[in-house]
Amino acid sequence: MSLFFKTPLDIEVRLDGDDSREHVEVKNAKGRKEKLPLYKDGETVRGQVTVRIKDNKRVEHTGVKVQLLGSIEIQNDGLQSDDFLSLAHELASPGDLTHPETFQFEFRNVEKQYESYRGANVRLRYYIKVTVSRKSADVIREKELWVHQHQGAVEESAPPPPSSVKMDVGIEDCLHIEFEYSRNRYSLKDVIVGRIYFLLVRLKIKHMELSLIRRETCGAPPHQLSDSEVLIRFEIMDGAPVRGETIPIRLFLGGFDLTPTYKDVNKKFSTRTFLSLVLIDEDARRYFKQSEIILYRE
Amino acid sequence: MPNPFQSFESRDRHQTFDEIYGEPENFLEIAVINPITHGTGSGMYTDYEIVCKTNIPAFKKKSSRVRRRYSDFDSFRKTLELEVRRVVIPKLPEKSFLTTNKFNDQFIEDRRIGLEKFLTVVAGHPLIQTGSKSLLSFVQDDRWDKRKFE
Repeated sequence: MSLFFKTPLDIEVRLDGDDSREHVEVKNAKGRKEKLPLYKDGETVRGQVTVRIKDNKRVEHTGVKVQLLGSIEIQNDGLQSDDFLSLAHELASPGDLTHPETFQFEFRNVEKQYESYRGANVRLRYYIKVTVSRKSADVIREKELWVHQHQGAVEESAPPPPSSVKMDVGIEDCLHIEFEYSRNRYSLKDVIVGRIYFLLVRLKIKHMELSLIRRETCGAPPHQLSDSEVLIRFEIMDGAPVRGETIPIRLFLGGFDLTPTYKDVNKKFSTRTFLSLVLIDEDARRYFKQSEIILYRE
Repeated sequence: MPNPFQSFESRDRHQTFDEIYGEPENFLEIAVINPITHGTGSGMYTDYEIVCKTNIPAFKKKSSRVRRRYSDFDSFRKTLELEVRRVVIPKLPEKSFLTTNKFNDQFIEDRRIGLEKFLTVVAGHPLIQTGSKSLLSFVQDDRWDKRKFE
């Protein structure tokens, strides 16, 4: 749409059940929060499109259609967009619009394989797109949906949860710790329970913190893009530990905005979460140990 | 799901009294003190005392006092850069020029502070503590001989 010419039409899209539907607050590109309606896999998307004409003119068009699209957008020296879902309905055949018109639309039992995602270089979005085609410029209106996927906590055939994850790390003759936590797979509402046990401390440690880092990778080498973001940072110990000391870890995941682990979505991007333990000594040197944890939405 | 409020104290590890209240294993105190200017005329130079108290086994002596001058620090730093390549060695306080008054109190004090900072960071570094013979020699040997490490 040209910036210099006002569009002769106003398009409004309303989704059914908007009042009773759960909404999700998502941060948009400008940092503002917007509320988007939440849909599940297999759920029908239905609503109305209302087209209004400005200035009482008569507007000629070559067709009105509504689409439900799911696309993955990668910001890599320009925007690459790929649709993995594309459904369309025709709302009106070519003709004239002289007064406001409302069209109903319904996309039945739509399969939504992936979760909506907004990341540093990648976005996965589902949206309704209404197009009034004209010989001059098309008039377009989009309305975004948000999709969550839920996984059962434990599948029937899965093996019993493994015993805790235990790691022995350190620097020869200087620092030796045992880093243990309950398991390597957590739901977004879980609690990470664990402990740090100090076996040898010949360094002057000032404090210790635990972070959750989200790493997003998209594209394939040689054009692979990677982004790391610290989602949570927690100081779990202030002061110098000695041999034999145990520091507990209790990290309640429910209070934070975390993303489940996505492996190779549509062969385009992955999102992984890492638990990162950092020790800082009196001369501001940092020692760290990172390990991946799998997050899922229950 | 394990109880998030479980206590970790009662597990099989118990700390001994000595572990809790005794001297920690990371005891290391290094100070650069007591500058003394020796000699007269063109042979004048200032040296500083390095006092070290520690229980870290890498250091052979539990306590030591030695005297070193700036040029000793300089050659030690060069040796260290070659010896421990993985680590970025901090800088020494600035060298003096022909026009600097090297024997003025403020200059000596600023230098002393800079040398102490340098040595504290270097001696406290785990990779240098365990990986450098020159550190142990520089801090604790009666004489510093740079030729031993060339």
